[in-house]
Amino acid sequence: MERSEWPLWEIFIRSQHGLAHKHVGSLHAPDPEMAIKNARDVYTRRNEGVSIWAVRSADVTATAPGEKGPLFEPANSKIYRHPTFFPMPDEVKHI
Amino acid sequence: MYAQMVDTGANKLRALEDMGPEERAFQERVDADVKIEPKDWMPEAYRKTLIRQISQHAHSEIVGMLPEGNWITRAPSLKRKAILMAKVQDEAGHGLYLYAAAETLGVSRDQLVADLHAGKAKYSSIFNYPTLTWADIGAIGWLVDGAAIMNQIPLCRCSFGPYSRAMIRVCKEESFHQRQGFDIMMTLCRGSAEQKAMAQDALNRWWWPSLMMFGPPDAVSNDELRQRFVDQTVPQADYLGITMPDPELKWNAERGHYDFGPIDWDELYNVVKGNGPCNRDRLQTRVKAWEEGAWVREAALAYAEKRAARAQKAA
Repeated sequence: MERSEWPLWEIFIRSQHGLAHKHVGSLHAPDPEMAIKNARDVYTRRNEGVSIWAVRSADVTATAPGEKGPLFEPANSKIYRHPTFFPMPDEVKHI
Repeated sequence: MYAQMVDTGANKLRALEDMGPEERAFQERVDADVKIEPKDWMPEAYRKTLIRQISQHAHSEIVGMLPEGNWITRAPSLKRKAILMAKVQDEAGHGLYLYAAAETLGVSRDQLVADLHAGKAKYSSIFNYPTLTWADIGAIGWLVDGAAIMNQIPLCRCSFGPYSRAMIRVCKEESFHQRQGFDIMMTLCRGSAEQKAMAQDALNRWWWPSLMMFGPPDAVSNDELRQRFVDQTVPQADYLGITMPDPELKWNAERGHYDFGPIDWDELYNVVKGNGPCNRDRLQTRVKAWEEGAWVREAALAYAEKRAARAQKAA
């Protein structure tokens, strides 16, 4: 039996169109260089990206499903944060 | 299907009012088409079934590399060789997406691989048939990947987020696989009489196992998908000028579908039991690759640890 599994990495790819890096999946690799090399082979076989970020899964801090209410519900009542909250007269243009 | 005959461990459906609050909330999310994510509460049977199905699917992708890998060194041209390598590399990628999806459920990659190697986890029976000639590479892409696409499209909408996302990625890449297979068949069928005979021979051997990929006739959806596959594929064979090895196959104008002959289910069960032409060979090859690669995995890890320790000392 071998010593242990290679650590898990989360992979983020930035596509050509000027968008932000986006999470695409995860993979195992022994070190950062291999994580990038493996990510190249696993997640960019068809020109999906021009930049890769690899982050150790163990270093990711995430919200817990149970916190969803207290964290995200307060935004529900603040509908004035959306431009459509403010009705504009038809005569007023370019706003 | 790439995951065949997955036992869900559940034998009856329970009404919403018989469920505890957590399970009810879970069921309501599934019913509302909200994806279930790894950290969400889920029933144990759901988790177990997912691990079983996703890992079986992953194993199928990995073992599926073997019958085709068999022809990489003997591909008839550099172009075909490059295409086949790209396809086999895709299968490795698909296996990795799927293993990663299974791992989000709290099972380790090593455990999944160990279950495959111990014969505890299955993979699709279709990969227990040998690839005897180059035409088999065409037939596999055209028929096996064609049948897989049909089975996999519904999985893109499955309730578990990581599996659904992995399947969307897989499905995007599969259509290349099917087309390259048809392209091989087309080239052979337009070639010499011997080449066309090779294509016919490959079709003869892969047709029935491909139909078996849709699973036993106990579920309505299996038969519906199988019928759809037959209806789509027969005209493609007509175009190639080769015929399905089924004397009972004929168009039924009344039904608007092709009628086809009975499937030999004993054959499938026999292959599932481990007695197909290549079962032992496939597993042996995987175990050998795993064991002979162990020192590389260990060395890479030791090297990473050494460098990390050195960096820490320098800091």
